[in-house]
Amino acid sequence: MNNLQNFTKGFFKENPVFVLLLGMCPTLGVTTSAINGLGMGLATTFVLVMSNLVVSLVKDFIPDKVRIPSFIVIIASFVTVVELAMQGYAPALFDQLGLFIPLIVVNCIVLGRAEAFASKNTVFSSVVDGLSMGLGFALALMILGSVRELLGSGAIFNIKLINHDMILVFVLAPGAFIALGYLIALMNKLNKTK
Amino acid sequence: MTYIIIIISAIFVNNIVLAQFLGICPFLGVSNKISTSVGMGSAVLFVMTLATIVTWLVQNYVLMPLGIPFLQTIAFILVIAALVQMVEIILKKVSPALYSALGVFLPLITTNCAVLGVAILTIQKDFNLMEGVVFAIANALGFSLALVTFASIREHLDLMEVPAGMKGVPIALVTAGILALAFMGFTGIV
Repeated sequence: MNNLQNFTKGFFKENPVFVLLLGMCPTLGVTTSAINGLGMGLATTFVLVMSNLVVSLVKDFIPDKVRIPSFIVIIASFVTVVELAMQGYAPALFDQLGLFIPLIVVNCIVLGRAEAFASKNTVFSSVVDGLSMGLGFALALMILGSVRELLGSGAIFNIKLINHDMILVFVLAPGAFIALGYLIALMNKLNKTK
Repeated sequence: MTYIIIIISAIFVNNIVLAQFLGICPFLGVSNKISTSVGMGSAVLFVMTLATIVTWLVQNYVLMPLGIPFLQTIAFILVIAALVQMVEIILKKVSPALYSALGVFLPLITTNCAVLGVAILTIQKDFNLMEGVVFAIANALGFSLALVTFASIREHLDLMEVPAGMKGVPIALVTAGILALAFMGFTGIV
């Protein structure tokens, strides 16, 4: 697989949310608006790229038996970095995302890529893989966030597009499940006809 | 009285799966059959309660006195991972029957964000140890309630005619959405 294919796979063919169905908790939990989805997606991208980078650097030194705990420590360190940085520089976003920032640790995408890709590949392609998966995740969260924000409050990125009473339930919990369900169905359809 | 409020709020009003979106992976993954979802529910009840007790002790007797609460995320995930491993080993020796019932679910629980989530929430809400335990048990019951309800709906769903594109996960998600809508009816009880 060349680097370009490696980079583009995360967006459509192996999109972590719509196709691989990984990382569902933050996907549903934070996408009340487009900006929250994007913020969460970028935070996860940072953790993914850095943990993929470090895991692929140290993969030859880690004994096979303790590799999962070691990966978790590496990931948790970068999550703590994101947590502290966001608390300092973007406190409003930090309050919105709340619990889901520390929970990046248990996001299956991050550990999944460390185990399935970074522990077997070179440093460069691992970074590309992390970037691809992370941005694909961010894109998916942003799409879901936009759909929910538009249907729920008539705006995208806080820009009012429709001046009318909207379907409030899409900003609330049930709307997350329903919107994601239909988006995945749409993605299935697109992938099939292609 | 506080305990009753904690219990009702955790099980119904702020249901951990349907209102807080924690533990969605097992919620979608093992909800095909009622029997497996009951197994998963009991495993979560077991681990979540233990994990909350241990992480509460770690937070209050290790991290706080040493002045390193920023290591919370790292410390908690390691404690939970180690705890799950230990529970697995002990169960295997002490109670093979329980192990064969819960065994397959235990490794999955390490990456169940509900366990870490409840541990962190207990700290954030400033609960004492007893309140923390009640909170963990109530959340685990809420998780099981959502899981078992969802599994029984999905068993019926298998017999329905679903449009091709909606088969599998999409229809499950829409069903979960309607279930969440039902749970919204509890809003305002406490």
